[in-house]
Amino acid sequence: MASTQGGPPAFNNSVVRWIDKRLPIFTFMHHEYGVFPTPRNFNYWWSFGGIAMVMLIIMIVTGIVLAMNYTPHIDFAHDSVQRIHRDVNHGWLVQYLHQNGASFFFIAVFIHIFRGLYYGSYKNPRELLWILGVVILLLMMATAFMGYVLPWGQMSFWGATVITNLFSAIPVIGNDITTFLWGGFSVDNPTLNRFFSLHYLLPFVIVGVVVLHIAAMHVAGSNNPIGIDPKGPQDTIPFSPYYVTKDGFALIVFLTIYAAVVFFAPDFFGEPDNYIKANPLVTPPHIVPEWYFLPFYAILRAIPDKLGGVVAMFGAIAVLFVLPWLDTARVRSARFRPIYKWFFWVLLIDCFILGYCGANPPEGYFVPLARVATLYYFFHFLILLPVLGKLERPLPLPNSIAESVLKKSAS
Amino acid sequence: MRKLLATAAVALASLSGQAFAEGSDVKLLPVSFSFEGPFGTYDYHAVQRGFQVYKEVCAACHGLSLVAYRNLQQIGLSEAAVKAIAADVQIRDLNDVGEMADRPGRPADRFRSPFPNELAARAANNGAYPPDLSLMIKARPNGAHYVYSLLQGYEDFAKLTADQKKAMGLAADFKMQPNMQFNKFFPGHQIAMPKPLNEGQVTYNEEAQKEGIKNDLPQLAKDVVHFLAWASEPKMEERKKTGVKAVLFLVILAGLFYAVKRKVWADVH
Repeated sequence: MASTQGGPPAFNNSVVRWIDKRLPIFTFMHHEYGVFPTPRNFNYWWSFGGIAMVMLIIMIVTGIVLAMNYTPHIDFAHDSVQRIHRDVNHGWLVQYLHQNGASFFFIAVFIHIFRGLYYGSYKNPRELLWILGVVILLLMMATAFMGYVLPWGQMSFWGATVITNLFSAIPVIGNDITTFLWGGFSVDNPTLNRFFSLHYLLPFVIVGVVVLHIAAMHVAGSNNPIGIDPKGPQDTIPFSPYYVTKDGFALIVFLTIYAAVVFFAPDFFGEPDNYIKANPLVTPPHIVPEWYFLPFYAILRAIPDKLGGVVAMFGAIAVLFVLPWLDTARVRSARFRPIYKWFFWVLLIDCFILGYCGANPPEGYFVPLARVATLYYFFHFLILLPVLGKLERPLPLPNSIAESVLKKSAS
Repeated sequence: MRKLLATAAVALASLSGQAFAEGSDVKLLPVSFSFEGPFGTYDYHAVQRGFQVYKEVCAACHGLSLVAYRNLQQIGLSEAAVKAIAADVQIRDLNDVGEMADRPGRPADRFRSPFPNELAARAANNGAYPPDLSLMIKARPNGAHYVYSLLQGYEDFAKLTADQKKAMGLAADFKMQPNMQFNKFFPGHQIAMPKPLNEGQVTYNEEAQKEGIKNDLPQLAKDVVHFLAWASEPKMEERKKTGVKAVLFLVILAGLFYAVKRKVWADVH
């Protein structure tokens, strides 16, 4: 791991010195989080990586407590969640924190991703850093999907049925894969049990990939709002105390909004149907996934062919893996890309439109709308970005981060 | 087989009341409850009256399996009263010699469901399954207002005028199925439950009467919804009270963090 600061710091505490000589974790922390040179011009959009990490920790801690009280069996799962609410001390708090924590984790991660898109954080030399981030997103989606199945409400059951059935679209082996996922011939107790097991496992896999993601970030260094590399000490400040306090403030504001939802509108993101115990014989009129899957759900339904829909849905994520090579522009930050800047906002609106289509039944004008929005999503990444990078004339870049910061505060 | 399942699913959906027509044209009745809003609390007098309605009317068909008799102490009943209510109920349980037998209920027991299982419930109700009410208010969009309206939404279909039918968006070939009732607010407008509540059906105690609480249909419906709202989330008040403290704490902490951040950054800008 790179560090521009020299040798080990002098620790006052002799125990710390003793440990650090044998296992330099204190030196490591000092280098990577204490004095780590960080661009001095971060805005608050840069706080969301840290916020996402705190959400991951909150999800793991509340999840472990919930697992102590939850019963993974189709006959008891739904009631056991209610038992947690009613009879476990502060169980309602832990369950609501977890239930809404998923939403706020996704909010933080989506903002983090779009920040990366706007400021070109995926470009050389941060391609692997970006790809690891997309891996985290995929793992999060799998984890969240399986977690939503656990309360065994109507939407849990039917969401699981719809999503696992997607795999049957794979030619030749699809049905066998689906049976394998189910552990039987329909979504049933074996499905619930394996989802519970995997829902407990995957968050720790996410932690592992997050460590790699952060390690890669500490090699390449952070990107910054103007997208040019720091050229010397005048362009950077130590992570502590500057970004500890700045990110800390952003984190507390974020947690305040999270707490407001948990305590005053805990079912805001939820579906009333999930308070009905799963019933394989009664299909809800509109099966909708959690909000964070809605854009992908819209893409899935936009293609009038099952296999095609599945391919498009996974393609919507797959395209992010190759984004660093699709975007041919050399300039990173959209601040200096006068045309891309607009298309970034169009993409963001497009994602909201997709989400809106995903939340509504595929009837009437939602069908053509979802198709156009899907088409545009892929157009943005596959055609627009490669072409735009060649055609667009970027604005002149500042000479250094320090120069741009000082100019701004002078004006 | 699949076709059969599909047919069964459709039939059950229409009977069990778990299907919801999207965007029904019928507006729910106007009402407001004390438990609504971020700081709303339960009115335990109303909850107690609602419990009386549930016990005397709803409990004949609907279970409340997530609530225990001991929970009634939270709505203001005394320990002795709760014991008496529980003891009035016969609970089927294993006896000392390992046989299933009835015994008087204890406060720790959950509310006894009126039917031993779903099949028995359907057999007694023309094939319909009266759903458990423990989470009813949370399990329907705008649940409190929906149930309040539903209880008052019964109409005599034969007496509806063409204009009324049109206003409710009924199809021209709309026909009542046998053993079904017309309800304005029920999705699909055909409900298996006969009109459950009528004016004056429950007599409130003197205390309530002195306060001028009537026992007309809107009042009975409002009270039982209040009780069911409590049953669906007994910890709501604790949640909101904790929330005020938590959010206040976080707001102050955010202020402190902002002040520290400003001070730390003063030399950078």
